[in-house]
Amino acid sequence: MAKIELKNLIKTFGSTDVIRGVDLTINAGELMVFVGPSGCGKSTLLRLICGLEDITSGELLFDGVSMNDKVPSERGIAMVFQSYALYPHMSVYKNMAFGLKLANVSPQEMKNRVLEAAKMLQIDHLLERLPKQLSGGQRQRVAIGRAIVRDPRVFLFDEPLSNLDASLRVDTRLEIAKLHHKMKDTTMVYVTHDQVEAMTLADRICVLRDGNIEQVGTPEELYSHPKSLFVAGFIGSPKMNFLTGDIAEKHHCHTLGIRPEHLVIDHLDGIWSGEVVHTENLGADFFVFLDLGIKEPLVVRLDGQQRIPLGTQVNVRPLEEHLHRFDNNGLPITLTSNREKI
Amino acid sequence: MFKKHILTTPEVSSLQRQKLRAAFWFLAPMLLVLFCVAAWPLLRSIYFSFTNTSLTNLYGGEWVGFKNYLTWKTFSSGRTIYSGTLADPAWWNAVWNTVRFAVVSVSLETIIGLMVALVLNAEFKGRGLVRAAILIPWAIPTIVSAKMWAWMFNDQFGIINDMLLSVGLIDHKIAWTANIDTAMLSVLIVDIWKTTPFMALLCLAGLQMIPRDMYESAKIDGVHPIKVFFQVTLPLVKPALMVAVIFRTLDALRMFDLVYVLTPNSKATKTMSIISRENLIEFDKFAYGSAQSTLLFAIIALFVALYIWLGKLDLSGEKS
Amino acid sequence: MTNKALFKKAAFYSVVVIIVLISVFPFYYAILTSLKTGSDLFKVNYFPSSFNFSNYIDVLNNGQFIRNTLNSVFIASTTVIFALFLAVTASYALARVRFKGRRLLLMAILAISMFPQIAVLAGLFELIRFIGIYNTPWAMILSYTIFTLPFTVWVLTTFMRDLPVEIEEAAIVDGATPWVIITQIFMPLLWPALVTTGLLAFIGAWNEFLFALTFTASETMRTVPVAIAMLSGSSQYETPWGLIMAASVLVTIPLVILVLIFQRKIVSGLTAGGVKG
Repeated sequence: MAKIELKNLIKTFGSTDVIRGVDLTINAGELMVFVGPSGCGKSTLLRLICGLEDITSGELLFDGVSMNDKVPSERGIAMVFQSYALYPHMSVYKNMAFGLKLANVSPQEMKNRVLEAAKMLQIDHLLERLPKQLSGGQRQRVAIGRAIVRDPRVFLFDEPLSNLDASLRVDTRLEIAKLHHKMKDTTMVYVTHDQVEAMTLADRICVLRDGNIEQVGTPEELYSHPKSLFVAGFIGSPKMNFLTGDIAEKHHCHTLGIRPEHLVIDHLDGIWSGEVVHTENLGADFFVFLDLGIKEPLVVRLDGQQRIPLGTQVNVRPLEEHLHRFDNNGLPITLTSNREKI
Repeated sequence: MFKKHILTTPEVSSLQRQKLRAAFWFLAPMLLVLFCVAAWPLLRSIYFSFTNTSLTNLYGGEWVGFKNYLTWKTFSSGRTIYSGTLADPAWWNAVWNTVRFAVVSVSLETIIGLMVALVLNAEFKGRGLVRAAILIPWAIPTIVSAKMWAWMFNDQFGIINDMLLSVGLIDHKIAWTANIDTAMLSVLIVDIWKTTPFMALLCLAGLQMIPRDMYESAKIDGVHPIKVFFQVTLPLVKPALMVAVIFRTLDALRMFDLVYVLTPNSKATKTMSIISRENLIEFDKFAYGSAQSTLLFAIIALFVALYIWLGKLDLSGEKS
Repeated sequence: MTNKALFKKAAFYSVVVIIVLISVFPFYYAILTSLKTGSDLFKVNYFPSSFNFSNYIDVLNNGQFIRNTLNSVFIASTTVIFALFLAVTASYALARVRFKGRRLLLMAILAISMFPQIAVLAGLFELIRFIGIYNTPWAMILSYTIFTLPFTVWVLTTFMRDLPVEIEEAAIVDGATPWVIITQIFMPLLWPALVTTGLLAFIGAWNEFLFALTFTASETMRTVPVAIAMLSGSSQYETPWGLIMAASVLVTIPLVILVLIFQRKIVSGLTAGGVKG
């Protein structure tokens, strides 16, 4: 069990600030996902926790003990790298045992731990193979296995799925989720740029932008109560619709956000109307793109069974309780007192 | 110097500190050895050049200033006599020989090497075999190739004279290595034979980095092959070529063994290295030879500085 | 195929044939000469006329030549092992650790490998006399380090720089120290590069002449190149060409075989050392 605390963590490379004072607590046993666009500092933050980068200033605590001056191997961490980073000249067994060997674990225990982890990941039949004889998915399992045998307090993942193809990615995502449920005592930190991965895996998500934390919360919180325009746009697929100008002013805000699934086609009470310019059929969902006469088309989600031909004039109504209002700084406006007036 | 640096920067983490400490201990033995075999002997050689040290009495030398380089005496008659290396016609002859040799050999090697590389870059049956064959001259020790060619250049029984006579290019046997007019030519021939493969392989490596589709698009556009060479190929291999040229030039400027064996004692081929070693070891003019070797070092250093400055070369490969 | 294309093809192949002929002929002619004795030597032949191995027997029976070969083998291997030993760790520091002055250090090392050997001859002569290793193999082993060490450091640094960063980081997380990373992770990955670099350095040391000529005095201490250069009669007209050619062929054949086997690796090593623009 390890509670990770980041206190005003700052990292600079030369004159560029990559992490600009991050405060964050990751609870013991929780799976925290760092998500954000490329260059937001999520990987750097992970590498600071890992110890591969020096902390410029601030403090990093595991269970209240400062880790600033500890080398990675003293921190009780394990890391799964984006490219798997298996040792090409060592068999799967040796890859997994290498860290234990360096930690002077007895040969018998080493063997037991490797075999146990290999069984758990169903790679026990591959132990004598070299990494180049494995498929991408198998390599990923070995990389995870190498991390598991170390019995880490903290488990770090650096975009572990980005080198896999789409179908394998879903399977492995499930594996990692299972792993998290099995290893209840292990704190996990997971970096990804893919918000779907973040939503499906995380206990809590930390959205980063330009070296700052935008918002930390459970997937539900981020989804239904984004604390900024950026988070609102980043979380959810397809993206939230943003409306500005006259439409937003009518709702007393600078930007009005509404997710595609919170729009209903209603020919009588629809307050916005437009022409269908594009449709996307994903089987379970059917997305309709409406031209409201503003820059971006409005995306509306319908059930997979419904069909609307192109060119149809459609009226839509937003679900009032799911409207998100933002001021011109991109911050949410809480209008509890005003809501009745509208 | 970086050891001191890490001790004064508290924010450097233990991992970085561990790496820097390791780097220090990893580099220290190499630097110590290089200091002993390169820097220290160089400094001592330069020091010797300002003394009158002799081979038999290495520690009995006294400081004489620039006497080994240039000194003059004015007689009461008004006649001034210059002495020292810089006033020594034998030295200037060696400088001229070396420079001439370097310029001619390096330019011919570059041109021929590039041509051979272009041939090897084409796809044909037995290419691997041909590439192996051209590596043979490179693999043969210089001394051995000098001896082999000395025999082929032999005035009485040499095969070169025999070939040229039977073709009718010459009407009498030539003493290639002994004759003052042909000695330099024979040295050049052997050096070009031996080093062109090296140039060709470096050029070939450069050529093979050029994507094939570049040629194909040029072909589709109907560009003339010669134009393709000057406008596509040459600019792309130029960086590789420039580095190869400087390495070869430095090699040519310090040239010693081929001349020593192929054309011993020929005034027409004596290089700077040959003449300084003669003075250093054979003529017991240790300090005088040191002055000459120091001058050679200065010339090469100047050349490198100029080349780097003019070419803005990045030799360290760090930027790529 | 049209006539023009046929002509082009013929021209191309004749160029190829000329290149091969010029490259190989001197060595071929040396072999040819080495198989001749007596007055046969002074008849020019283009094809083998006799197979007389007496020159080889003479060279090998002459104890001196075998002694010289052993000197060369000992000197070249010791130099290479010594250089590789120092270079592996040094190149890790140069390729993998960021520190102030690294670029400068790399340039300095390159500069040393380009040193004119004559410039250090006087100082080295004094040093070798001072240590008392004049006219011993150690004089060559010490002096050859001036070109083998910078060369191996330089080439291994370029190879080491290309190894993936994440593998090193994985090892760090596994608790590996820099020493463990070098010996257990990088060395096994780099062994082809080590073989190539070692081979090139070996050839350089095997072929060296100036230092070997200057720092040896007695015939038994000579290396092979010096021995071959000195294999001459009292006057130019008594040069024992048959013997010289036999000795030349003997010292060259192992090199040629090595070069042919490691052809591809040598080319990659030369490119790493020479061109990385």
